[in-house]
Parts: sequence; structure tokens; C-alpha cells
Amino acid sequence: MTLSKQHLALLTLGLAALAIAPSLLKTYGLYLLTLWLVYIIAALGLNLTVGYAGLKSLCHAGFMGVGAYTVAILMKAGVSFWLATPVAISLCFVLGLLIGFPALRVQLHYLGFATLGFNLLLMLFFRNEEWLTGGTFGIQNIKRPELFGFSFNGNLAFYYLALVITVVSAALLAYLLRSPWGRAFAALRDNPIRAESTGVNITAYTLMSFAIGAAYAGLAGALFAPLVNFIEPAPFGLGMSLLFLMMVVVGGSGKFYGPVLGSAIALLLPEYLRFAKDWYLAIFGFAVVAMMIWLPGGLLSIRERWLLHKAKTASDKTATNAGAV
Amino acid sequence: MTDFLQLLISGIATGSIYAMAALGFTLLWQASGTINFAQGEFVMLPAFSMLIAMAMGLPLWAAFVVALIVSVLVLGMAFKRFIVDPMRASGVISIVVATLGLSIGLKSFVKAGYSAEPHPFPSVFGDEVFKLAGVTISYSDVGALLFAGLMVLGLQLFLNKTLTGRAMQAVAQNTFSAEALGINVKRMIFYTFAINAILVTVTALLITPTYLAKFDMGDNIGLKAFFAAIIGGFNNSRGALLGGVIVGVLENLVGAYITPSYKDGVALALFLAVILVKPDGLLGTPAERKV
Repeated sequence: MTLSKQHLALLTLGLAALAIAPSLLKTYGLYLLTLWLVYIIAALGLNLTVGYAGLKSLCHAGFMGVGAYTVAILMKAGVSFWLATPVAISLCFVLGLLIGFPALRVQLHYLGFATLGFNLLLMLFFRNEEWLTGGTFGIQNIKRPELFGFSFNGNLAFYYLALVITVVSAALLAYLLRSPWGRAFAALRDNPIRAESTGVNITAYTLMSFAIGAAYAGLAGALFAPLVNFIEPAPFGLGMSLLFLMMVVVGGSGKFYGPVLGSAIALLLPEYLRFAKDWYLAIFGFAVVAMMIWLPGGLLSIRERWLLHKAKTASDKTATNAGAV
Repeated sequence: MTDFLQLLISGIATGSIYAMAALGFTLLWQASGTINFAQGEFVMLPAFSMLIAMAMGLPLWAAFVVALIVSVLVLGMAFKRFIVDPMRASGVISIVVATLGLSIGLKSFVKAGYSAEPHPFPSVFGDEVFKLAGVTISYSDVGALLFAGLMVLGLQLFLNKTLTGRAMQAVAQNTFSAEALGINVKRMIFYTFAINAILVTVTALLITPTYLAKFDMGDNIGLKAFFAAIIGGFNNSRGALLGGVIVGVLENLVGAYITPSYKDGVALALFLAVILVKPDGLLGTPAERKV
């Protein structure tokens, strides 16, 4: 994989900042930063589904919940985090296939409805199956993982663990997008019928992109449970799923770093605007509407828009000049 | 048996309320290709406008009239003019995301600006019940059923028998030919948005007494409306009625005889079953795929 020099420099700078950041932060700040990383993983997965494959998935928080509950339940039963996480990821992947299959046979946006309903069903499950999920009381005292005798119990250690997992999963996704598979995802989004005529199996690929997205949410959930130590149904509701979608869209769906920016806007910014809590979300929602009208490509598309605009004015100028001659 | 009948009747009543929201949803989709993911919030807003109007001392009927006017202006005219129209060019996906954003925006706006608590809401038909052959029936169920039934039938008549209604259907079927035939497409699309605004206001009037007025009441209603619309057939307005009633009745039966915990999952299960077997919905006709 080749990166431009500029890109590489920015990436190194960003990673260095993330590596140094904890020394500048207090406990709560560190917790938020770790939570941001968790959200980034989830949003990266959703970006594959929404941004690259063009599908609307509205149960991303639900999948994250499945991941979190799976890890929490398995760890309570004495299974190691390192074994529970792959189980969580695979479970989300399989659930993604099960829910995506019927919807995708019909129409792309039916997936939106199916996933919306599925999130509701997951919430009912988390809330009602007390024997398994603890119901509204949730599951408490979820331990943080250990590896070869080294404990990630400290906030700092856990932060670095989350950082490493985030970077690895982002790199995996970048690799996937560069592969023929990734090209097929983009082809699907841009023109499904042409993609089909060039031999891409539409249903299989759309289903795959959805299931992989769900698997990323599962991984995010697996980190979320030990991060907060206590899980209950509330953070995995429909509202959170909508927020995930907004993160991807606001950052710039189909842009690799879109989710990073989007989740910062949806998670970090409100923390500094606490006094505006509910109003923040109201403004955020309306801002998304405004954005779809004027800047449907998301914040990261501003630069392209500007370049396009410049190119256009330049060509207009040449055109007028030519006309004058 | 009496239990069963009771469940059946109240199920049909609730279902016909879902059907109204579903019908508005279907009409918007047919006429303008708008998938309105904020349909649930479109039911929530009139409920709160009625509450506010009543808090200012108006009786329920006057509050309803006020809410109707506000809805047609805001959820009909402004929604079309400022959100849907500018996005016509960018396609369905943008509208989906925008209406999802709108849904978050409206919910949080009401939560922050009015209240996060559920508020009781008076029933138009009172709380009394009567007995018929041993079956206890509430006036509000009968009222809801009649009201919703009349609305849906009236709309059917309007769409099929009047010139405006036929023109609206023509626009829904093929915008280009409709325009070529001299139909004022823009006006017909506006009528559709206005009708949707009226439908959601009536839905709010009928359902809020049971759901209570709360900022997130739309989540559930919106979901039931989508599912009812698809189960019945997305491109058929009678389908919405059928879908709504099926969802309402089955929810009641599952809630009573199987498990009350998963009552709200019934609509999803039905939806998945229907699209597996008959992807265009029970009354729908296969839609041609647009390239």
C-alpha cells in the first residue's frame, strides 16, 4: 500500500498526538479519549457499510451491544477476553448476514427498516432476558483484560490497548478497501447495475459489507464493556444507532478518515458544550439536514468542493476569455 | 373467546391508527420518492402542539384545529419547500439521511425545549366502556376505528373519484407523463405533503391518549408505520390499511397469548416474513427496476 508523503506525515503526526495525549489528560479526559477510539472502530465499520457499499444500516449500536454483552457474559463465565472477543465479532458477523439477507433481496433501503426493527428487538432482548443479560440492572464489574500476566487494568494501559486495536483494525480495513473486494464495494455503490454486468455478485457483496460492518461494531462493543466496567441496555438503543450513522455522514461517508472526524464531533464536542446537552443534539440533527442540502459529501469533502469550484471558475474564465477573442 | 374478541377489536383499532401514519408515508413515497424516516416525529409534533394549545386554555377540538393548521404549514409546506425540494437532485439516500437527522433534531428539540417527561393526553371519546354480548369495548377503541376508517375510506374516494385525486395518482405513477398531460405536478406533490400532515395530526389525536405525549413517542409509531406500509404493499394505499390492521391485531394476540415482552418485535418478524415470501407486500404489485 502506498501513501503520499503528505498523508504519511499527517498520519504519523496524528498517531504521535494520540500517543502523547494521555500525559496531558486527567482520568475523565483519558476515559473520553478511549471511548472515542471505541467509537472510531464502530464508525469505521459503519463507514464500510454506508460509505463504500452505500447501504443504510440503523442497528450499529445494537451490534455493538451484542459485542459488549457477549464479552461481558463470557468473561463472567471465566472465559478470557482474548477468546471472548473473536466470539463477539463472529456473532455480530453472523447476525449481520441473517438480518441483511431478506432485506437485501428486495431493495437497498429495506435494509434501513429491517435494521431499525432489529435494533428494537435487540433492546427488548437485552431488557427482558434477565437470566442472561441482567435486564435493566445490567452486568456489573466487568474486568479488564490481561495478556501473558500483564494486566490492562489501569486506565492508561487500557487506552494504549484500545489505541493498538484501533490502529490495527483501521489498517485491516484500509487493506480490505485496496483489495479487489474494496473496489467491488465502491463499484456497487456507484452503479449497482454496471457492477453486476461486470460480474460482481451484488447480493453477496452488499451482504458482506454489511456483515463486516457489523463485525467491527462487535469489536467496538468488546472493548466498550471492559472500558466502562458496567453495561446495561441504554447505550445500545436506536438513538445511538442513528448517531453512528450521523457520525459517518457528517465526517464524510466513503472517506476513510470521515468516521474519525465524525465521532469526534458527536462525542468529544458535546462534552465541552455540556450546558447545551439536549440543544446540542437538536442543533446537530438540524445541521445534518442542512448539510445534506448543501454539502452531501460531509465535512471532509470541503477540500474537494473547493478544488472543484476553483477548477470551475478557472475554466469559466478561460471560456469567457476565449469568447472575447 | 370474549378475551380473544376484545383483543381483536382493540387490535383493529390500534392497527387502523398505525394505518393512517403508514398511509401518509406511502403517499409521500409514491408522489415524490421521499422516504420519510421522521414520520414518527411527525406524529409527535402535533401531539405537542395540541398540548401547548390546550395549556393556553383551548378546548381539545380547537387545539386539534390549531394543530392541523400548524402541521400543514410546518410538516407539509415547510418540509417540502426547505428540505425535500432542494434535495430532489441528490436522490433518495440523501433524503433518508436528512430525515433521520430531522428525526434526531425534532426529538431533541422537544426534549430540550419542552420536556423530557411523558404527559397525559385527553381522549376525544372519553374513558368509558360498554358491554356487547359479554365483550367489554371501550368507546375510544370504537371511536378510533371509525375515525381512522373514515379517514382512509375518504382518502380512497378522494384519490379515485375526484379529478385532483386522479391527477395525484398520475403524478405518483409517472411524473413525466403527468406533466406532459398538463397536470400541475408541483401542486399535486404539495397536496400529498398536506394530506400527510393531516394524517399524522389525526394519528396524534387518536394515539397519544394511550402512548402519552413524550419526545420519543415517534420511535415506536414511526416503526410500526414503516412496517405496516411495507407489509401491505409499498405501492398500494389500501395495503397500508391492511398492513396496519394485521400488525395491530397480531401485536395484541402475541402480547396476550405468547409473551408481552416481545410485543414490539412482532412487526419486524412479520416484515421479514412478508419480504421473504412476497417482496412487494401483500397487496403490492412488482415495481419495475429503474436504471
